[in-house]
Amino acid sequence: MQFDAPAGSNIFDDARIVGKSTPRIDGPNKVTGTAPYAYERHDVVADQAYGWIVGAGIAKGRITSMELTAAKAAPGVIAIVTAPDTQPVGKGMDNHAPLFGGSEITHYHQAIACVVAETFEQARAAAALIDTNYDRSTGSFDFDAVRASAPRSGEAETLGDFETAFAEAAVQIDETYTTPGQTHAMMEPLATIAAWDGDKLTLWTSNQMITWAKESLGDILGIDSANVRVDSPYVGGGFGGKLFIRADAVLAALASKAAKRPVKIMMQRPLVANNATHRQATHQRIRLGARMDGHITALSHQNWSYNVEGASGETATAQTAKVYAGANRLTAEYCATLDLPEGNAMRAPGEAVGHLALEVAMDELAEALGMDPIELRVVNEPDAVPGNPGKRFSDRNLVRCLREGADRFGWSERSATPAARREGRWLFGVGVAAGYRGAPTCKSGARVHLADGRIVVETDMTDIGTGTYTIIAQTAAEMMGVPLDHVTVTLGDSSFPASAGSGGQWGATSSTAGVYAACVALRRQIGEVLGFDADDARFEDGSIVAANKAFRLADAGTLSAEDTIRFGKFKKDYDVATYAGHFCEVAVDAYTGETHIRRMLAVCDAGRILNPLSARSQVIGAMVMAAGAALTEELTVDTRFGCFVNHDLAGYEVPVHADIPHQEVIFLDTLDEIVSPMKAKGVGELGICGPGAAIANAIYNATGIRVRDYPLTLDKYLDRLPAIA
Amino acid sequence: MTPTGNDNATADNVTGSGSSAAGLAATLMPVGMEVNGMTVALSLDPRTTLLDAMREHLRLNGTKKGCDHGQCGACTVIVNGQRINSCLTLAVMHDGDAVTTIEGLGTVDDLHPMQAAFVKHDGYQCGYCTPGQICSAVSVLKEIAAGVPSHATADLTATPTVTRDEISERMSGNLCRCGAYSNIAEAMVEVAGAEA
Repeated sequence: MQFDAPAGSNIFDDARIVGKSTPRIDGPNKVTGTAPYAYERHDVVADQAYGWIVGAGIAKGRITSMELTAAKAAPGVIAIVTAPDTQPVGKGMDNHAPLFGGSEITHYHQAIACVVAETFEQARAAAALIDTNYDRSTGSFDFDAVRASAPRSGEAETLGDFETAFAEAAVQIDETYTTPGQTHAMMEPLATIAAWDGDKLTLWTSNQMITWAKESLGDILGIDSANVRVDSPYVGGGFGGKLFIRADAVLAALASKAAKRPVKIMMQRPLVANNATHRQATHQRIRLGARMDGHITALSHQNWSYNVEGASGETATAQTAKVYAGANRLTAEYCATLDLPEGNAMRAPGEAVGHLALEVAMDELAEALGMDPIELRVVNEPDAVPGNPGKRFSDRNLVRCLREGADRFGWSERSATPAARREGRWLFGVGVAAGYRGAPTCKSGARVHLADGRIVVETDMTDIGTGTYTIIAQTAAEMMGVPLDHVTVTLGDSSFPASAGSGGQWGATSSTAGVYAACVALRRQIGEVLGFDADDARFEDGSIVAANKAFRLADAGTLSAEDTIRFGKFKKDYDVATYAGHFCEVAVDAYTGETHIRRMLAVCDAGRILNPLSARSQVIGAMVMAAGAALTEELTVDTRFGCFVNHDLAGYEVPVHADIPHQEVIFLDTLDEIVSPMKAKGVGELGICGPGAAIANAIYNATGIRVRDYPLTLDKYLDRLPAIA
Repeated sequence: MTPTGNDNATADNVTGSGSSAAGLAATLMPVGMEVNGMTVALSLDPRTTLLDAMREHLRLNGTKKGCDHGQCGACTVIVNGQRINSCLTLAVMHDGDAVTTIEGLGTVDDLHPMQAAFVKHDGYQCGYCTPGQICSAVSVLKEIAAGVPSHATADLTATPTVTRDEISERMSGNLCRCGAYSNIAEAMVEVAGAEA
């Protein structure tokens, strides 16, 4: 099915199942521990051996020798695959650092060996007996040291004459904000079971993008990707860290070949941060020039980041062309090359940390103008895409998000004077931020089967906690007129039709639209069998009414249909995006500076919400990750040895229960005709765009201290806390 | 009673598939436990954690490995009535102990009230930390009922009550990167209310 024009009215406008709050259909399996994740799939293939990954102890240089005698002789060892004895493997989609093979080391904890043994304990013990010697070379690990000389990535985006307009502006803000590296820290580490059957390779793994994975494995291993099957029905979190093939899958495949047995590998938690990908640090300079009435006349956002050779930085300016009006503009990205681990997508790449700067700069501008921060944003609401005035917004309700949020949150009680509200030992403050996140779509296929009046959906789409199983079941149930429990959804298998996969918050609307397309095809087949015009029929409660005649769905027998939704060029005329108003109240300990989040609210504009229950969870979850980015999370670089030193869940501090209060989410009742037949947009990344800045602004409101160096740990402002009265 | 549903749970084959490693047999140690009400007899490499005994030997996959270092709580199980990180303890230290895993709390067709409350309140997303969260949640309510104080207990001489602060403090050893904390707390409050 081609989506070539705005959706118009369709079945979902009178939906009975889509759009209703629905407990997850996979929920009972998840809460009883019976949902199968990659490493624990004992039943898929017999005789699984255990692999243990050895990571490089240097960040740059060469392996000069690897002494394996003791390890090979250790009890239970079946095979050892080493990098020096393996030709470097190829690179798959968006792989930049080498995955495995050869003696050259380009980043810390790069995989250099995999020990396969009968048991986990034996593999681990044998790996410790490998003695590796290196020739360590000098690397470049210090972002601050190389930042100033980083080349620009592509052209700067300009409009009007920024420099002149900024110089002439009545009010100017010129501030620099920094964000550190962050790691996905998904709860399930990268994990794969691999098995060969002749030339055919099967990987039971944990991956967000099944079609990319299958294609990439062909390139990486130098085999025909048609011989690769990937299966990933449950993914224990991804956040971008499982978009691309990583060393666990490569080593499981190579080690299985060497051991002549299926091999299972879970990357040890302490390897994940340095071996795999991370969100890179940024250094952002924002300049805002405005008239006294708040209208922005000059807006510049320059961002410096880094990556390994040939890869792009964390593009923090991503949202800046879209959010606020302003006739004179300049945005530019600069990317240094470092010998740190590879940077790659993490939840709302660019935008998540871009908001941490832009939305604090707006707060600073509001204060300089003596304006309410919400009013400043409303004044600068654009009619068309500010950085690209020829482009329209498909459906944008940011002002409603801010206004309705303000009402709900009690914004009018805010004191514009910082540090004005003290209750006992606590300094209270509130903050606001806008959120913008693009709402892309990708072609997505599905197959639907009808038998005995029940429906089975097959697609290689993944559920990474996003609620995919349920929204796909809701879509199929709505389309075929059956109760939800008459739909079985099977996901994540590359033998199913290729889907959009889970990334870029495009998954929900794309994959359900693909199921819609397949269901339209199935309805037409049913119409042909039973003799009615399916496009003019109503499917409800296991029955079909067409041209005043009734049919029973079960009488159509056994049928199958497959289709793919494809999105037409007309969408290019629009900026299709999601919007939010984020609100936060903090209490800062007047004595210790410790920040506690007291309240959080997000008002979201994301079109039709397919399942409010799970969509809300995505938003609150993203707000939690934003709280981490604002307050605690930081990959600390050892600039001598070129590694992230806090590479586990003790040293890298993600938010815990005690950090997070009750959270509130409101979804506006909007529909976006441009995005897809579902009129629905994603929310999983919208939720991380803005809350961190709202927290930072709330801390300023509580204390009068502006810290622009994330995370906002108390050591950065303890000495500036207001005097204790 | 010996479990029959778990195909790898007898003493003959618990070390995994056809262990050919010479000398390994001499290092195995017997350990007997009651797991989810069933008596199991295992013969284990003494380096095997309680977590891996559950997952790799008894094939009770519900208990998750998130870090293997006691940092995330995904492996939380209940041993002799107390929740512990099963990755931080060796299986052979638990001879004679009673272990309850997520599989012992309820089944898909007969959910424990806490499991049902997690479904109702969407107290999860990816589901990987969920069994550990639920084992902790069940234990936390019992700890509060038993009068065990926490850092959040304002008055150490008074009986603690189920408050949001008590829940958040006591659950903080169970990380959830999907960020379901707010919903988990609501699930726990509902179960606590039903029990009260």
